[in-house]
Amino acid sequence: MTTETTPRTSPEIGGMGHSVKRKEDPRFIRGAGEYIDDLVLPGMLWLDIVRSPYAHATIKGIDASEALKIPGVLAVITGADLEKAGLHWMPTLAGDKQMVLPTTTVMYQSQEVAAVVATSRYIAADGVAAVLVDYEPLPVIVDPHKALEPGAMVLRPDRAADKQTNRIWHWESGDAAKTDAALAAADVRVSEDIYIPRIHVASIETCGCIADWDAVRGQMTLHMTSQAPHAIRTVLALVSGLPEQNIRVKTHDMGGGFGGKVPVYPGYVLAVVASLTVGKPVKWIEDRSENLQADSFARDYHIHAELGATKAGKITSLKVKTIADHGYTDAAADPSKFPAGLFNVITGSYDFDNAFVEVDGVYTNKPPGGVAYRCSFRVTEAVHAIERMVDILAHDIGKDPAQLRMENFIQPEQFPYKTPTGWEYDSGNYGVALQKAMDMIGYDDLRKEQAAKRAKGELMGIGISSFTEIVGAGPSHDFDIIGLKMFDSCEIRVHPTGKVLARIGVQTTGQGHETTFAQIIAEELGFPVGDIKIEYGDTDTAPYGLGTYASRSTPVAGAATAMAARKIRDKARKLAAHLLEASEEDLEWEPGKFSVKGSPDRFKTIQEIAFAAYTNHPAGMEAGLEAVDYYDPPNLTFPFGSYICVVDIDKGTGQVHIRRFVAVDDCGNIINPMIVDGQIHGGLTMGLAPSLYEAITYDELGNNLAGTFMDYLVPTAVETPAWETGKTITPSPHHPLGAKGVGESATVGAPPAIANAVVDALWHLGVRNVDIPMTPQKIWAILHEKGIS
Amino acid sequence: MTTQHITVTVNGEAREADVEPRLLLVHLLRDVFGLTGTHIGCDTSNCGACTIHVDGESAKSCTMLAVQADGRSITTIEGMASGATLHPLQQAFWDQHGLQCGFCTPGMIRQAAWLLGQNADPSEAEIREGISGNLCRCTGYVNIVKSIQQAAGEMRTAAETQVGAQPVAAS
Repeated sequence: MTTETTPRTSPEIGGMGHSVKRKEDPRFIRGAGEYIDDLVLPGMLWLDIVRSPYAHATIKGIDASEALKIPGVLAVITGADLEKAGLHWMPTLAGDKQMVLPTTTVMYQSQEVAAVVATSRYIAADGVAAVLVDYEPLPVIVDPHKALEPGAMVLRPDRAADKQTNRIWHWESGDAAKTDAALAAADVRVSEDIYIPRIHVASIETCGCIADWDAVRGQMTLHMTSQAPHAIRTVLALVSGLPEQNIRVKTHDMGGGFGGKVPVYPGYVLAVVASLTVGKPVKWIEDRSENLQADSFARDYHIHAELGATKAGKITSLKVKTIADHGYTDAAADPSKFPAGLFNVITGSYDFDNAFVEVDGVYTNKPPGGVAYRCSFRVTEAVHAIERMVDILAHDIGKDPAQLRMENFIQPEQFPYKTPTGWEYDSGNYGVALQKAMDMIGYDDLRKEQAAKRAKGELMGIGISSFTEIVGAGPSHDFDIIGLKMFDSCEIRVHPTGKVLARIGVQTTGQGHETTFAQIIAEELGFPVGDIKIEYGDTDTAPYGLGTYASRSTPVAGAATAMAARKIRDKARKLAAHLLEASEEDLEWEPGKFSVKGSPDRFKTIQEIAFAAYTNHPAGMEAGLEAVDYYDPPNLTFPFGSYICVVDIDKGTGQVHIRRFVAVDDCGNIINPMIVDGQIHGGLTMGLAPSLYEAITYDELGNNLAGTFMDYLVPTAVETPAWETGKTITPSPHHPLGAKGVGESATVGAPPAIANAVVDALWHLGVRNVDIPMTPQKIWAILHEKGIS
Repeated sequence: MTTQHITVTVNGEAREADVEPRLLLVHLLRDVFGLTGTHIGCDTSNCGACTIHVDGESAKSCTMLAVQADGRSITTIEGMASGATLHPLQQAFWDQHGLQCGFCTPGMIRQAAWLLGQNADPSEAEIREGISGNLCRCTGYVNIVKSIQQAAGEMRTAAETQVGAQPVAAS
């Protein structure tokens, strides 16, 4: 068990394991980044969107005449206009369909109803205010349980005759009969209802685009905020009929993504339609309220879980039934075979044989849900449920939650480990990670302190989460999105002077790809990291890839980068043999040069070899030094970690104060320790946020009650604790670099640690569960009911 | 719509514009003057991505009208470095990995600069309180705090050196 990746390269080369300062930062710290709203094209127009105040209503008429009288308002686009071109509906990535603009019915509050094209940002907004829409409100369903009741109004009558129900799909995994039998035979059964509310990624940059139609050349350039530009290009080609070679999707710097910039929103399509119509570039930038009210949402899972165990606390079985609120359309970006994402990773870090999971996707009058919040594939929901259930079991049988976990962990020698729901975990060493977290935080002393405080009536809690992540989608036999297999790619070109240009199929939204992917090439080829330029996000130049989400950049495109570099090294070996007049077998590689075995002074540097590839290559060999790799991973990777949270609860106000939070992560071999720590800090904060602060709630009329930053409480530096991090390193056995991915681990792992800490502080009062967000009013109400506050 | 003529000093340079009275200051900077380093992240004055200095005071430029800046002096992120030499805060954010996507960074750095002007040696709690009007979604603030601590130390050292060399320096 190691705790750091020892660099094989010098600091000058800067390969894996070096905390190389980021190559992208000089432009950002000077305010010289180029985000979508910074971009201005000649003749550019503005698009703004009329949105519905109702969550469900019939549109009886749209009167644009006053808007069109405003000087500078050029056009108002309605659903009727789009219907003529067959563009009023578009497919979602999940195989459902969604409206670009409605022709008859709006399905959620803030849904797009019409678009105004104008000569400036302000005039477009004036136009929006002047469009009159006549609505007739319809009954609203916001509760997915009510949506499933017999006789409930069918929200999507457009679906096939055999699908006239609000149940979108039913999905199950595992063995129901075996699990029922094991539960029946269990000494101890614990069950709980756990709700994980709807939340929103709220990247600080909202979404936007500029669609630029060049009628003369027949070329559509779409500058946009997208985490998956190639997939967008293909979808656009299929929907619009434009030839794919004449569509260029280009991303720029992006102010965060977290999954919210994966879907295709109506605003993008409207800008494309507007540019095709007026023949000029059209910019659409959503404001924060639109972003929080209409973009895709995450979570909204109503989970019922039941855990069976022996008297001694050995887990035997898990049964889970879940209602998934997807809003009015299933716009999730899950792989095709997995409508509930990878939710069946819910057996977690524990070794038992019997599990059964079922999920029903349901329509309601809400914006599209089920997308992402720094975790696209329902792993957060799964981890929250299993980690809460394990804690409840521990408390019920009076065993320390750490001890119960230790006794149930999958052991290191059991890997690769096949779970009862069909996953094969690649590697893990869970006990060591938990022990390290316990040592870092001083677990035993904290338990003593807690006992002393409880005796004095003070509320202190300690919560553990020992999560297993599942990332790096994915192997092509199981993973595709709209049929596109989930490989990823890298193309490397070595220039004659020994400098490198590499293009990748994934897309940074702040993770630091320009640095870490250069480090992978530095590691494999020995070029200094400063000599390597990484490009991405231009579909005219980058190789095809499925994009960045679900922590897949390093597991998939990182592997492609290593493999492409190894192809270059293979050719470099032949060139070196030619230059050194030696046989290839007699050469040995160290980062940056080939030398003759036994004669270390006879060597050629990678730079000399690069020059020779263009000036002195042997007869029969192609000139140049380039390679491309499309990597199809053999399996997913399974990062893991153990987090421990200590909370103090104010009895008077119900305020939860996080005193300490220790996070021990294992993401396999590490490319850049500084960046990994940064990813964990950010992930923890996005785990904290829904635990204590953030939730998008709706009243019974479908009004969004958290539609601005006034009500949607993104944590500031004051609410955010000083995170403490630690590492263990268990390499992935199948990834070329032994890396696993890290972007989402902390968001996945943190909420149950916090929730377990809060419940631990209240358990002696008879509290078994508190749903997140654990707000002061929620805690105060519990304390008040118990006669404490 | 009628316009109003304004003169604003931006990063030391006098600039003029005819603007609608309703134009937000942040749009004057971004759309009229082309200074796109100042960002927009919300519509309720919560996120602080648009933070600049107006006559030395920290201000959210989405919450001021351009006409209110008439006759006043503004500094933005573009005015912080002197040529190739980064401001200590810019350098510290780079050194300490105090940014990821970079979108909140200009506002965060401007707010930190104002904070250090008020308090040259802030505690961690004072730093956290001082930047609590600026939201970051990527970093979890840990490295932002470290960045501000690094810059504070360097700026204090530089000030002491300067005081030692020029005991009567007023600047």
